[in-house]
Amino acid sequence: MDFNLIGLIRAAILNGTPLLYGTSGEILTQKSGNMNLGVEGLMFMGGAFGLCGAFVYDTMAGDAALGAVAVVIAFLCAFLAGVVGALIFSFLTVTLRANQNVTGLALTIFGTGVGQFVGELMRIRVGGNVSISNGLKGAFSGSIFPEFMQNIPVIGPLLFNYNVFVYIGVIIVLVMYWFMNKTRKGLYLRAVGESPATADAAGISVTRYRYIATCIGGGISALGGMVHTMTIAGCVWNHNALAGEGWVAVALVIFCLWKPLNSLWGSMLFGGLLILYLRLPIPFLPTQIYKIVPYIATAVVLVIVSMRQRKEDQPPAGLGLNYFREER
Amino acid sequence: MAENTHAVEFRGISKFFGEVAANDNVNLYLDKGVIMSLLGENGSGKTTLMNMLAGIYFPDQGEILINGEPVTIKSPRDAFKYHVGMIHQHFMLVDVFTAAENIILGLDDGGKHDMNEIAKKVSEISAKYGFDIDPNKKIYDMSVSEKQTVEIIKVLYRGADILILDEPTAVLTPQETEKLFKVMRAMRDDGKAIIIITHKLNEVMEISDVVAVLRKGQHIATVRTSETDESKLTEMMVGRKVELNIDRLDVKDARPRLTIAGLTCRDNEGVAKLKNVGFIAYGGEILGIAGIAGSGQKELLETIAGLRHVESGSIIYSPEGRSPEELVGKTPMQIRDAGVSLAFVPEDRLGMGLVGGMGMTGNMMLRSWNRTKGVFVDTKGPKKLAKQIYDFLEVKTPDIDYPVRKLSGGNVQKVLVGREIASSPSVLMSAYAVRGLDINTSYVIYNLMAGQKAKGVAVIFVGEDLDVLLELCDRILVLCDGQVSGIVDARTTTKEEIGLLMTSVGGKEGKSHD
Repeated sequence: MDFNLIGLIRAAILNGTPLLYGTSGEILTQKSGNMNLGVEGLMFMGGAFGLCGAFVYDTMAGDAALGAVAVVIAFLCAFLAGVVGALIFSFLTVTLRANQNVTGLALTIFGTGVGQFVGELMRIRVGGNVSISNGLKGAFSGSIFPEFMQNIPVIGPLLFNYNVFVYIGVIIVLVMYWFMNKTRKGLYLRAVGESPATADAAGISVTRYRYIATCIGGGISALGGMVHTMTIAGCVWNHNALAGEGWVAVALVIFCLWKPLNSLWGSMLFGGLLILYLRLPIPFLPTQIYKIVPYIATAVVLVIVSMRQRKEDQPPAGLGLNYFREER
Repeated sequence: MAENTHAVEFRGISKFFGEVAANDNVNLYLDKGVIMSLLGENGSGKTTLMNMLAGIYFPDQGEILINGEPVTIKSPRDAFKYHVGMIHQHFMLVDVFTAAENIILGLDDGGKHDMNEIAKKVSEISAKYGFDIDPNKKIYDMSVSEKQTVEIIKVLYRGADILILDEPTAVLTPQETEKLFKVMRAMRDDGKAIIIITHKLNEVMEISDVVAVLRKGQHIATVRTSETDESKLTEMMVGRKVELNIDRLDVKDARPRLTIAGLTCRDNEGVAKLKNVGFIAYGGEILGIAGIAGSGQKELLETIAGLRHVESGSIIYSPEGRSPEELVGKTPMQIRDAGVSLAFVPEDRLGMGLVGGMGMTGNMMLRSWNRTKGVFVDTKGPKKLAKQIYDFLEVKTPDIDYPVRKLSGGNVQKVLVGREIASSPSVLMSAYAVRGLDINTSYVIYNLMAGQKAKGVAVIFVGEDLDVLLELCDRILVLCDGQVSGIVDARTTTKEEIGLLMTSVGGKEGKSHD
């Protein structure tokens, strides 16, 4: 059996990109102290609304449809869907102080349901699989670099031959890293996640930071669902395609130790592990074994981290705790 | 500015928590360049009043004036605007940040993020008031006193003119307290108005210019420190004459109750927390344990109670009328049943020993559940015990089944200590039993301890207040970095001697590394 390393790396990156969005969005959320377990639901909503936006544009514009416009519309629809989902979560946990874990699980159920509803509704309306025209599909999955750059041996396929979302994802993560570690607002955000009481006593609005971080983080997570649907799933709604992606993203947040930069290689690793069974099949080894590897890796990281006890590697100390100033 | 402008003035301030008035029509003022002590029993509303000045709580009635102007302080941000800074009892610091990062938290100065600039300004403030701090040190690497310094610089950096310190000395060594007082005096001479909340009367007398006394949420009086004394203050605070004396009987006929030798144990990370600790605790004696926070006090008690794995060493327990037995290797339950009792008051009070969501009765039951047979629990006994503690220690609770989580800290402690004493142990260990308790309640607890001693119980008392240790205990064991730094006679030693032992093993000067 021939084993193609470049091919595997490419596949890992492409398959890891939805995770990159899901994870980096959730890192932003969790850094504010909000444990949003609804990533799965947000990604479903992002996938369904992203496809829906591109589909509606495609139908309405007909032959005049432009690929770039379709990408922007899908991007915005998915992001807004995620923001709305995260807004529900923020309202329940920050304003009404509901339990975050329960709310997150509810959001997963809600988001999955909404996503399925929108997806199936489109399918029934069209009377078959929803899909956008082939011309537009190219805009979602094609490379943004000129032909000659893609044709450079090794470097071409490894660096220049990806869809636009791969590069946007990397940029989002780099910006997030810069924001969290190099700016005043980023420092305040981390303070809110570490110790809301301290941040509050220092005059930082815990409510505002948690709302904004959770909503933007939710939007970014939802983009992951859209990217998955529009690239890997080939712009077709398949009610099972996204199942589990959100949970892998949550596990990946822990694996990355809440550090944005780690999510760059972490998502690639997890993306690769998830499809390893296709690329490196071992006879008689069930594919399910492959699929549990990311979770085992996460557990191993947790064990190592708790043994090393480095303060910097710990989850934000205020994670999962709602804050109420006058509580006694 | 008018002649009679006060730095801070409270006018008719009231604050209610449900039905309870935490503050009731408080009228109080403070001038610039004055240190005021705010004195009162637990639950008298000191912290609540200060929290309203710092923007944590909002008053239900009344107004606050700063420099003569009525102000509305709705949030800590507003408080900074009026140059009010509060140093909370539980430090408000982010552990994984550096000192400088903590200091600039929440500042609105155009979003500049130049850490060198900030470090420079921090150094300036440090030099002005005589602090010694490394701006780039992480908080989790700091000692308690360093953390407090960061808190103080934090408010000074914001240009605070009115500083509130909530029990700042509770966790400091005598030397560190002296340093803090020096800083406070420097700040006063700089024209700042300072309010200090403390339970220690000797500190009130030493540091403050005026004393304001609160009782049950009401302002009783403000007096000049020079015109009052400790017993007058106590009387104002409690509302009646109280005897603040501990009956320290001479130890007679002391027999070894616990003989500990070569005790070594490590924490989960493999760091040695106790190093070759050896001592004898006698029946009918109170053995005090002193040391800087985190020197192994907690570990020592936990090890004796069987809650920690012992690496080496032995703990021989010699109860009256029975043959000595080795406690190492026994389960906590066996040790408890043998008569070794631990009343541990952790920093968060509820962390160990009590279940916050249960009432007093339920918590009493936690000690007796395994003594009843059958499927059903016996609630009569625990209920009776809860009632006794309620009456005897004057626990302030609407009902003995009211969740203890919702009681004030002092009352939670009464429940905990009361229950441990009720099990009539032959060794009673208590850690920080009076942490945060007011003077009156503290003395109730001290005298309970003394009473146990009179009964022939071996009492091991981990304390923070050296004055109390000196007054209450017979001998004081000083721990330093997990080692026995020295055992001194409480009747003849001095605070300074203990302070030195706390900072270096054997008390040798110049070897201190805090």
